Amino acid sequence: MRMHHGKTTAAVVMVSALALAGCSGGGDSSGAPGAAACEPSNGPVELTYTAWVPGMDQVVELWNEENPDIQVTVQTGPNGNAGTYRNFFNQLQAGNAPDLGQIEYDALPNFRVQDGLENIAACEGIAEASDQFIDWTWSQVTFGEEDAVYAVPQDSGPMAMFYRADLFEQAGIEVPTTWEEYAAAADQIRGEGGYIHNFQRADVNWFAGLVWQAGGQWFSSEDDGWEVNLTGEESMQVAEYWQGLLEDDLVSTVPSFSDEWNASISQGEQWTWVSAVWGTRHLQSAAPDSAGKWAVAPMPQWEEGQSAASNWGGSTTAVLKGSDHPYEASQFALWLNTDPEALALANELGGLYPAATAGADLEAFSGKSDFFGGQVVYDVFAEATQNVDPEFTWGPTMTQTYTDVSDGFGEASQVNQPSWRPSSALNSKPLSR
Amino acid sequence: MSTPTVPLSTAEKIHSRGPRESVMSRAAAMLIMGVFTLYFLTPIWWLLVTSTKAGGEITRTAPLWFTPNSISTFFANLIELFQYQDGLFIKWLANSALYAGAGALLGTIIAAMCGYALAKYEFKRREIIFNVVLSGVLVPATALALPLFLIFSEVNLTNTYWAVFLPSLVSPFGVYLARIYAAASVPDELLEAARLDGAGELRTFFTVSTRLMAPALVTIFLFQFVAIWNNFFLPLIMLRDQALFPVTLGLYAWNSQISQIPELRTYVIIGAFVSIVPLIIAFLGLQRFWSSGLSAGSVK
Repeated sequence: MRMHHGKTTAAVVMVSALALAGCSGGGDSSGAPGAAACEPSNGPVELTYTAWVPGMDQVVELWNEENPDIQVTVQTGPNGNAGTYRNFFNQLQAGNAPDLGQIEYDALPNFRVQDGLENIAACEGIAEASDQFIDWTWSQVTFGEEDAVYAVPQDSGPMAMFYRADLFEQAGIEVPTTWEEYAAAADQIRGEGGYIHNFQRADVNWFAGLVWQAGGQWFSSEDDGWEVNLTGEESMQVAEYWQGLLEDDLVSTVPSFSDEWNASISQGEQWTWVSAVWGTRHLQSAAPDSAGKWAVAPMPQWEEGQSAASNWGGSTTAVLKGSDHPYEASQFALWLNTDPEALALANELGGLYPAATAGADLEAFSGKSDFFGGQVVYDVFAEATQNVDPEFTWGPTMTQTYTDVSDGFGEASQVNQPSWRPSSALNSKPLSR
Repeated sequence: MSTPTVPLSTAEKIHSRGPRESVMSRAAAMLIMGVFTLYFLTPIWWLLVTSTKAGGEITRTAPLWFTPNSISTFFANLIELFQYQDGLFIKWLANSALYAGAGALLGTIIAAMCGYALAKYEFKRREIIFNVVLSGVLVPATALALPLFLIFSEVNLTNTYWAVFLPSLVSPFGVYLARIYAAASVPDELLEAARLDGAGELRTFFTVSTRLMAPALVTIFLFQFVAIWNNFFLPLIMLRDQALFPVTLGLYAWNSQISQIPELRTYVIIGAFVSIVPLIIAFLGLQRFWSSGLSAGSVK
């Protein structure tokens, strides 16, 4: 049974961004908007940069060779949500945060409301760099504020649909281009003994990506705070769509990124995966046997003829509050994320798909991929990047939101119970800090 | 362990062999122990088996049995693990050994001296001090990590060896055990004799008392060693430079990156296996002291 919720329950969560900013301990908080002056320091400068992209130290080595007066030390830790963000907040409180930190787009608002970021808009070349980056990534780092740049976009995760070209062809099923066709194909695929997709209940940001594509918004920043609304029209549309697939047993429900899931992929049980650009690497390692059988197509659309895409993942390089050298730090961040040589190395070693528009021209993205049957897969992703809605904003309570929604999915995920219910998961938990 | 053939009086049974068990209850006990042994050993067995597999084989092959080329894959994995990022894993192992080895050794000496003093010297408010130390057993180390971070930040010692090493020296449970054991095993008469012979208090402690307390000290050492080796939250909060990471934190950091760098999965698995080997060695090597020390503490 499907429930239809006409009323939208919006929860105003943040008391006030400014009030919170006033509470946080780190650095000097000049409450007024607009960037402070950003002047170079005298003499040699040493910067620290905390990130978890593998091989980042080698990328930074390039910078250190060219800039003897601005030496950067890379410190590597666990993923942001696995501990590094918590550490950043602790360090901001203690006043010993690194000069620069890697922060994902969905975590950036949390740092902003807790006043953990330096506004680097006045630093040389930063504000002018806006046209060097993919539109939607730039709107993430400015929060729509005037004279404000709080981080430099690093990488992005444009989404598309991986699919088993061989299986679709054998079964004579058309590769779906709309979500309607996708649901129909799901039915046929179930008849063939496979699943069209796996419902990734722990990956709420995957689900958010689907809502993003549908034009939904979870957060909006108002004058007096943040508004959170998980049950807008588009969110409910997406939730009910997947709920339908779940109820009809057309999607599998194994934990994502688990051995079980990898096995399911390599056994050919998973026919499609709507995922981000970094999924190319994951598929190749999870299912090396299926090389040559995969292909990539744009995400299915809600309305025929559209070309809306979405994004899953991606980071920024932020100058953290209290840095003694915001000018040098901002120059490094800009170089790191726009210099072709740095971008190429970060892609090679860390698998980053650059947020800089020039990144699409990298040699690594121009070749045909044998794993994907000779397709130039990155063309699909480069196009997807252009079709990501720049209006989507993340909120300051993402960690909490992810936990709440994932718990909601989890409660609904008892197999053989008629309550597989992403939509009620979105409804059940009002957000709270 | 054989059942007595000659009938004994009830009193004799209790004194000589304890109450006689029925076959049923022994079988039940063995069964329960067997189930638990299986329960605890299966994950380790899985770890051993899985570390002999190459990336793709983990999902394709039987999870609890080896592949034909297990041995060569195991060594290949091991070599790759040790070479990855210029031998970072070896560095982590060395760090763990330093934190746990030196930390447990010094921590044991401190706990032993403290417990011994509380047991053997009369002074004012002795019981209050002991109770305060004892209440420290109840405070989980995790709860102290953040306050410790803020304190260490004040003195600019975060992200250094000291940030993990110094807090590891403290063991309230060690003090408790040392006191109980010293009270039970070090006779006052012996200390009197040593004093009469002109030995200083320190010399008495190190040459006479520590020998008598040896089983307890080994127990404290093992407890501390395992606690520091497995300590995760404190290093997570304190350290930013991965050259300082202990092996637990390092593996955790790798594990959090598997979705980006899938080949790390193999390294995390074999790394986890390698990281428990020192613990197994420590346990097997010090086992006999461990058990006697434990019972000494518990009987009291």
